[in-house]
Amino acid sequence: MSKPVALITGSSRGIGRAIAIELGKNFKVAVNYYDKIEAEANRAQAQEVLDIIRQAGGEGTVLGADVSEPASAAQLVEATAASLGGLDVLVNNAGINKDQLMVRMTDAQWHDVIDTNLSSAFYCSRAALKYMMKKRQGRIINISSVVGMAGNAGQAHYAASKAGLLGFTYSVAKEYGPRGITANAIAPGYIVSDMTSKLPAEITARMVEQIPLGRMGTPEDIAALVAFLASPAAAYINGQVIRVDGGMSI
Amino acid sequence: MSVFETVKKIIVEVKGIDEDQIQLESRFEEDLEADSLDVVEMIMMLEEEYEFEIPEDVAEKLKTVKHVVDYIEQNRP
Repeated sequence: MSKPVALITGSSRGIGRAIAIELGKNFKVAVNYYDKIEAEANRAQAQEVLDIIRQAGGEGTVLGADVSEPASAAQLVEATAASLGGLDVLVNNAGINKDQLMVRMTDAQWHDVIDTNLSSAFYCSRAALKYMMKKRQGRIINISSVVGMAGNAGQAHYAASKAGLLGFTYSVAKEYGPRGITANAIAPGYIVSDMTSKLPAEITARMVEQIPLGRMGTPEDIAALVAFLASPAAAYINGQVIRVDGGMSI
Repeated sequence: MSVFETVKKIIVEVKGIDEDQIQLESRFEEDLEADSLDVVEMIMMLEEEYEFEIPEDVAEKLKTVKHVVDYIEQNRP
């Protein structure tokens, strides 16, 4: 039997990259990269991810898109299904942050973050559900954040987008559960990535102090849970949000 | 295959019921126990089958098998 297919948005680097590599063990994987700015560099990074998957005996493809645009997101889902033969798992991972105190935040910053982190999940899921409904099975896994549950100074837009993903997850879980499709969210805590490496060392040190495990998480910590949620063992888990944060938020 | 036969085939696929339970006069909700998601799914499959889009405001008014068959016969490309 042919392997099932997984699409991971924003998987050329960071958490998405680790998810793609992990899912590559059991799925045919579509590695999505952002193709609107620095397309060539992003494509090269995505190709590197696919090379790692292939070296481990997996298969997949590399697909550019801007998932904050409805047409581009729909095309990405269609291209995935066309080139890999269907779509079984969608991981809505693509995300950006443009940290700014709210009184200084521009409309453009607000909309960029909401469109990329939240609207993208709607656009991709809407397109993906067409394939999943027909098969009466599918998994949608949304990468939220602990910030979506607690808020954070300088991240009003980011927190709103990540909280929005939770309500979105619950609704998809209820609406498509009857079709055998589950939706779950993961709320990563403080994870080593490009997004967090931009922060000053002093802020990082203060954050780590609040983590009972005393260290930042790795992208692989998140990827391991995605792999479980995408596996047959997680069939009865639906509409949940699972925090992977080393105990930071307890 | 006639439009009615095609619509029947799709209802059977979506609802998993017997073909002889489906009459031209059957109402989706009351007679075929189809919920709103079943109807949306059926419309999506018909759009694919006949390669044209059924607008949302029309789709909302399709309450019986006959409504659907008539609409497709009159509007298919």
